[in-house]
Amino acid sequence: MEAVAGSGAQGGPAGGGKKKKTMKKLQRYWEGAPQPDPPAAASPKAKRRRNEKTRPRAGAKGSPEARKGLRVSGAAGRISGKRDPFPGAAPLPRHKVKKFQRGRKSQLAGASSRRLRDHLALLEQKVELAAQQAARMELLLPEEPGFLEGDPGEDTCTIAQADIAQAADIASATKHFELTLNQFGPYRMDYTRPGRHLLLGGRRGHVAALDWQTKSLLCEINVMETVTDVTWLHTETMFAVSQRRWLYVYDNQGVELNCLKRFNGVLRMEFLPYHFLLATASETGFLQYLDISVGTEVATICTRGGRLGVMGQNPANAIVHLGHSNGTVTLWSPNVKEPLVRMLCHQGGVRAVAVDSSGTYMATSGLDRKLRVYDLRAYQPLQSLVLPVGAGHLSFSQRGMLAAACGDVVQVYRDVPVQPPHKPYLSHTLPRAAHGLRFCPLEDVLGVGHGSGFTSLLVPGAGQANFDALENNPFRSRKQRQEWEVKALMEKIPSELITLDAGQLGRVDAITMEQKHQERVERLGFDPQATPAFQPRRKLKGRSSAGSLLRRKKKVANEEQRTKIRKSLEQQQAAEREPKAAPRAQRSALDRFRK
Amino acid sequence: MRVKVLSRNPDDYIRETKQDLQRVPRNYDPALHPFEVPREYMRALNATKLERVFAKPFLASLDGHRDGVNCMAKHPQSLSTVLSGACDGEVKIWNLTKRECIRTLQAHEGFVRGICTRFCGTSFFTVGDDKTVKHWKIDGPGYGREEEPLHTILGKTVYTGIDHHWKEAVFATCGHQVDIWDEQRTSPICSLTWGVDSISSVKFNPIETYLLGSCASDRNIVLYDMRQSTPLKKVILDMRTNTLCWNPMEAFIFTSANEDHNLYTFDMRFLESPVMVHIDHVSAVLDVDYSPTGKEFVSASFDKSIRIFPVDKGRSREVYHTKRMQHVITVKWTSDNKYILCGSDEMNIRLWKANASEKLGVLVPRERAAMNYNQKLKEKFQHHPQIKRIARHRHLPKAIYSQAKELRIMREARRRKELNRRKHSKPGSSPFVSEKKKHIVAVVK
Repeated sequence: MEAVAGSGAQGGPAGGGKKKKTMKKLQRYWEGAPQPDPPAAASPKAKRRRNEKTRPRAGAKGSPEARKGLRVSGAAGRISGKRDPFPGAAPLPRHKVKKFQRGRKSQLAGASSRRLRDHLALLEQKVELAAQQAARMELLLPEEPGFLEGDPGEDTCTIAQADIAQAADIASATKHFELTLNQFGPYRMDYTRPGRHLLLGGRRGHVAALDWQTKSLLCEINVMETVTDVTWLHTETMFAVSQRRWLYVYDNQGVELNCLKRFNGVLRMEFLPYHFLLATASETGFLQYLDISVGTEVATICTRGGRLGVMGQNPANAIVHLGHSNGTVTLWSPNVKEPLVRMLCHQGGVRAVAVDSSGTYMATSGLDRKLRVYDLRAYQPLQSLVLPVGAGHLSFSQRGMLAAACGDVVQVYRDVPVQPPHKPYLSHTLPRAAHGLRFCPLEDVLGVGHGSGFTSLLVPGAGQANFDALENNPFRSRKQRQEWEVKALMEKIPSELITLDAGQLGRVDAITMEQKHQERVERLGFDPQATPAFQPRRKLKGRSSAGSLLRRKKKVANEEQRTKIRKSLEQQQAAEREPKAAPRAQRSALDRFRK
Repeated sequence: MRVKVLSRNPDDYIRETKQDLQRVPRNYDPALHPFEVPREYMRALNATKLERVFAKPFLASLDGHRDGVNCMAKHPQSLSTVLSGACDGEVKIWNLTKRECIRTLQAHEGFVRGICTRFCGTSFFTVGDDKTVKHWKIDGPGYGREEEPLHTILGKTVYTGIDHHWKEAVFATCGHQVDIWDEQRTSPICSLTWGVDSISSVKFNPIETYLLGSCASDRNIVLYDMRQSTPLKKVILDMRTNTLCWNPMEAFIFTSANEDHNLYTFDMRFLESPVMVHIDHVSAVLDVDYSPTGKEFVSASFDKSIRIFPVDKGRSREVYHTKRMQHVITVKWTSDNKYILCGSDEMNIRLWKANASEKLGVLVPRERAAMNYNQKLKEKFQHHPQIKRIARHRHLPKAIYSQAKELRIMREARRRKELNRRKHSKPGSSPFVSEKKKHIVAVVK
């Protein structure tokens, strides 16, 4: 008490010593010199936090944070006498903002007009602000993704499903269940995009649609024909079933809506939700696209790839991946009659293909019992591992887990593109061999259809925790669904826009621009964008003699020439500096196909 | 073993009662929103199409005049009041909300050549073919009283236009010369002339209120400073300028409506070449008026249409026409930036929306948000060829369409000829002259 009184000698009111102690100003790291306050500053935790956080963008003088901060710090004499201990906007780690940043910042050379540059700078500012606001909003998301951690020395793959179900809450425990359907198996299956409904199709004709969370049956029919594949269409009111001869569409009451006789012998189907396209692969080697919103056949492509029993779609760009018996995987869009890409992935036939939700990685498995992961940006293999039996079915979850069904064993791997896993994350043995495998969207659930029914497995951490209700809302009401359907149909993407790069539409079409410019030059007879030739200004006192004019002209011309040469030299040097692709250490058999 | 499985409590996601709004949790993670660009593109395309579907700009026609409408004036304080003068000397005051005439007076014998309101909004001035300037009250006379002007000035020559100072009790008329009058006097304070000619319109600058611009029939635009007794400078163009209008936000900028189908936006400091040439009309442009924001202006033409131009664009963004509308003599942009009024030969005043597809009335917040979003999308994708084509398409009457086509062919032929001539002459002997400079004959100071 005495010491306090001594330090506050400038004459505080009597008895104010204690008050002064509580009023001590909080010093933040961004407020200039750090206070010699050893315990707080020296703690390693504080240090880590300091590294992690970036300063608020108050560096710019005109930014609102800076102004706000100034105002707050300047307002020492508030009515309450208190100061804001955290002036300015809350700091925002850069990596969090980065997730919401798209594309590259525009880089305009000095030649472009100032108005355009200012306009773009303003836009950039707004885009940056939007990204920051979105990153701040992440704090408000209500759910956390699931996880599974074993005890020290315990592998997670040894944990049985029953144990997980017992340890998890009651609601989650009900998500692990088994349907014993011995008569009509093996089963193919599919989930709707909000992950609420399940569709089962047994090879011997049994088709059932159900709300798997409440376990209420929507419909159950037997089509009295071989069923090769089933898939939901855009909502839970319609599904497509490929039968022995033709393709059928049923509604959720099991009433046949349509029989598409142009689609015969279909083996696999993929529904492209944003394009309202149903892509089918047939046993005769045809890839067909059906626009289900208007009922027209958009494209029929003869792939010349034999029986098409392996199919997958890239959810990021709606490209269909087909696996062939000669070990190649081909990528297709409905606009091109040839494959966009042909990749040799396996020795022996391809058994399964799956693409992750970001569209960056593709996993394939083949008859050579290998599971391979490819980078789809560079079409390069990343990982390869040998599975005992080889995976017959593959599926990526929303958060990047990979499930592989090897005979009657289902294994789930984590972070496959990053490192080759030596142990699965989870493993489960089924009563019979698996026939269909899908992760349920927005849930920690993996559905497996097999010879004697269907099994729903708990895979903690598989599903996206926080959904966007305008995109996929598992809790949507009937009205909301109808409204969503109208909106989705309004923004149906035409099939012409399916390309390898989904963002291509947002870029500048430089080729067309150049062509148009040339046409304009031809029409006008001169280049309106060309810089006018240098005209020396007229000077007085005899300095504008013909010789002097010529000299000045030459000087400018030489300077231009010099900058040109300098630029080209710089480019050359940069090209030389770039390391050339090193020759591979081991020559593989595939190298002969390299160009 | 530690385990957490995703399990959502439905209470957090489903509304409690039927009266509540549905809950819509959002997550802006780009991973959850694939096909961002193509979907936005489709939304922009839909928004552009809807804009064209909802483009119904015509609101009302005010009829009552018994001859062609020759001039109009906005009320400086009341948005709903507008004044119009006709070719038979009649002046009408209109109420726009009720869309009816509230007062009629026989102001002149012969044409009402010009009309302007005083800045206070209680009175207005008219000039007519009977060589008089009359000062009227906006309110009608009391019961049993006769309709009489406050003042009448008898001049020696016909006055062709009038404009009032924006802040002081001073007005300017034009005819054989530009006269500047004090309201209290019967003779002008000063008369300004530059050559012998008839001057068709005079306008006060709304910001630098001492400046005036006038256009004369010997093809020139003359600028004056009221504080000086001599004109400032003039620019001579290819053809006659009918009228001009000052930008209400930028003091130096004005736009002139020319007889050669074009409008020219000038910076009064650099009259050597206009800032922008606005090409789209197919006949003489008769009147022009700026929007109060100063970003756009509307022009009326002899080709029976009115067009809206952005100040910084050479082409119009909108064209309005009806089957019945004849040569449009006068046009005004209302002070709330929402409507356009045009008076035409066939005795009607028409009320248009300034933004053709705008929804009038109160907007629900969600509606407004959706509109803003659509507007931004349209801006973002405006350069895509399909969207551009839909946004630009306007139906034109056959006369205008074929005339525009003919003009285009003529322009192309002239360009080709010039190109050939240049090709076969000594390099540099026939230099290229830009469209902006082509129409300027001279600048005199």
